[in-house]
Amino acid sequence: MKLNGAEIVVRTLIEQGVTDVFGYPGGQVINIYDALYKYQEEINHILTAHEQGASHAADGYSRATGKVGVCLATSGPGATNLVTGIATAMLDSIPLVAITGNVPCALIGKDAFQEIDITGVTLPITKHNFFVKKIEDLADTLRTAFAIAKSGRPGPVLVDIPKDVQLATYEYEPQPPVKRTPPPKVDEALVERAAELLSLSRRPYIYIGGGAAGLGMGKAVIEFARKIDAVIGCSFMGLSAVPDENERFLGMQGMHGHYASTIAQKEADLILAVGVRFSDRATGNVKKFAKNARIVQLDPDPSEVNKNVRVTLGLVGDVEDSFKRIAARCEAEKRPEWVARVEELKAEEARLQQEIEEANKEKITPKQVFDVINAVKTPETIIATDVGQHQMWTAQYVSFARPRRWISSGGLGTMGFGLGAAMGAYVATGDKTVLITGDGSFGMNLNELATAVSYNIPIIIVLLNNGVLGMVRQWQTLFFGERYSQTVLSRQTDFVKLAEAFGAVGKRAETPEEFEAAFQEAFQANRPYVIDVTIGKDEMVLPMLPPGGAIDDIIVKVEKKPRRKKK
Amino acid sequence: MKDERFVIALYVDNQFGVLTRVTGLFTRRSFNIDSLTVGVTEDERYSRITITMRGDELTKEQVINQLKKQFCVKKVDLLDESSTQRELMLIKVRHTSGTRTEIMTAVDVFRAKVIDYSPEEMCIEVTGDPSKMDAFVTLMQPFGILEMCRTGIVALDRGSATLLTK
Repeated sequence: MKLNGAEIVVRTLIEQGVTDVFGYPGGQVINIYDALYKYQEEINHILTAHEQGASHAADGYSRATGKVGVCLATSGPGATNLVTGIATAMLDSIPLVAITGNVPCALIGKDAFQEIDITGVTLPITKHNFFVKKIEDLADTLRTAFAIAKSGRPGPVLVDIPKDVQLATYEYEPQPPVKRTPPPKVDEALVERAAELLSLSRRPYIYIGGGAAGLGMGKAVIEFARKIDAVIGCSFMGLSAVPDENERFLGMQGMHGHYASTIAQKEADLILAVGVRFSDRATGNVKKFAKNARIVQLDPDPSEVNKNVRVTLGLVGDVEDSFKRIAARCEAEKRPEWVARVEELKAEEARLQQEIEEANKEKITPKQVFDVINAVKTPETIIATDVGQHQMWTAQYVSFARPRRWISSGGLGTMGFGLGAAMGAYVATGDKTVLITGDGSFGMNLNELATAVSYNIPIIIVLLNNGVLGMVRQWQTLFFGERYSQTVLSRQTDFVKLAEAFGAVGKRAETPEEFEAAFQEAFQANRPYVIDVTIGKDEMVLPMLPPGGAIDDIIVKVEKKPRRKKK
Repeated sequence: MKDERFVIALYVDNQFGVLTRVTGLFTRRSFNIDSLTVGVTEDERYSRITITMRGDELTKEQVINQLKKQFCVKKVDLLDESSTQRELMLIKVRHTSGTRTEIMTAVDVFRAKVIDYSPEEMCIEVTGDPSKMDAFVTLMQPFGILEMCRTGIVALDRGSATLLTK
């Protein structure tokens, strides 16, 4: 049948299984919005307050489900407002299709109103992008965009469609959704060598990342760890792949990782790295990282092998398949000395944690907040965060039971990511969604409260409010002689009133009891909530590896120094 | 690890924007290019890009792997050290009755060609491997080089192997 380009866009989205789109209308996508109006029974559009919110929502949608998230914006500022969201998805390998309108081909290059070269702008932050010049290519380009977004190592793809292509008509035939093509299988010889290295190991550490989480490999990892008596640690992006209650799981390692997980990784003699990219925040000083260990790395992306860390053996290809085959080749084995050593580390971690907590004289501590959240939430509850101290506390303290319940910007570290992403996750799953944020991050994109209210997306926003930009302040405390340059927020925002002004419910909590009451209420209600929790401005995320430092430089506690007098 | 010079050849989609993708990748991964050439191939769907650069083993591996990931890149490989490598140079030098014979001797020895000649300057075309170009430039310096330009290296592996079938 003959359709115009705008309708072909919407029909192709429907054909590819898209049920929800996040976006914002404008002059160069008005035809696509007209088509969305026509197909509103089949495709749900969420109008955000800002295009950035739409891009984060599409991202959160994808993180919670594994499906390709879709966002839509007009040319020029609409398109550039998507940029941070696209970059966020790129750095965390999240499959996204971003569609932008552009001025008609005849005006391209003339600096027309709201014209921007968005394929040029997004070149380094997309897995691939397209400028569709001809209506004949439109449907197939969109299909290819979906295929690229979800194949191999996932990532964002942008499709820029000039207005005249949206208006032109062309023959459209629906096609089945494109399938995810699995990466090639790894050579048997490499699998055999990996299994051999594992059998030679006395202290194996299975190190899982976003790749393993995205593939839902938690069960396979747990079974294999049990079989060979290995321990499991994860990168920031690997959280929620393995349930926290698993006794072999030590949690996140790295700059703000769990003490036991970080030290065990240092002491391991073999690291089986599954879908991780050895980010600087995970490794510290790469020259000193895992000095005593052989590293076997499984990844679909060849450029991740030997990029940051030199590995003993790289298995590039289908990660799930390689892992399964390695596991099948390995004999069951007991490694009691290693297990005992790890138990010691866990005990030491618990001791350190208790010491820090006991020394804390604040009315409510971050840990107490998370104790309440852990007690109230269900296994399905989705936890989203913004970026900063609150994010690291969440990574350390929240206990996950199911995969894909962790929605947080790891690689790019995008403040302002959380609210949009939380909405996307809720729209995708309908599961209770909690956003942990800070007053700094929340300030960046709190306009999306309007969206949460208008669509009644009942996000519970737990705002850890310390009146400062806590993470930067922590660095200033530790490494910059307490010179708090531009990190003290002397804002007078009343977040309870602000929530109410948007039509959400606002609560304030200054003690664990108050927080528990407010959180319980919010959890039972079916409305967006903002709970403003006052925490101390000198709270720190510990342990901490100083930037560029090695594991031996780990800071486990900070003695409170008497405040220096200002000269 | 020592830096060494190496040559990479790629088949890329013959479309607009592809060169930007490839060079953009070099910029953002901080890889330094010595020379880059691009042109049509035996197959009209593809262009061939030849890149000469310097780096250690790890850089070499990273460059190839990063290029492989690009959707516009159909094939990429390192060329053998024994590959045939050629460059073309046009160089405009001043000449006088006193220097003319010496310049012409050099042109002869280097199997170069004079392609434009006027009373005071001449333009010489030289082809060969990069070291030959360098040597010729050094020879011409005393006479006064007015202008020169070099194409950068183009290269093919020896024998029946082709990049697409390799």
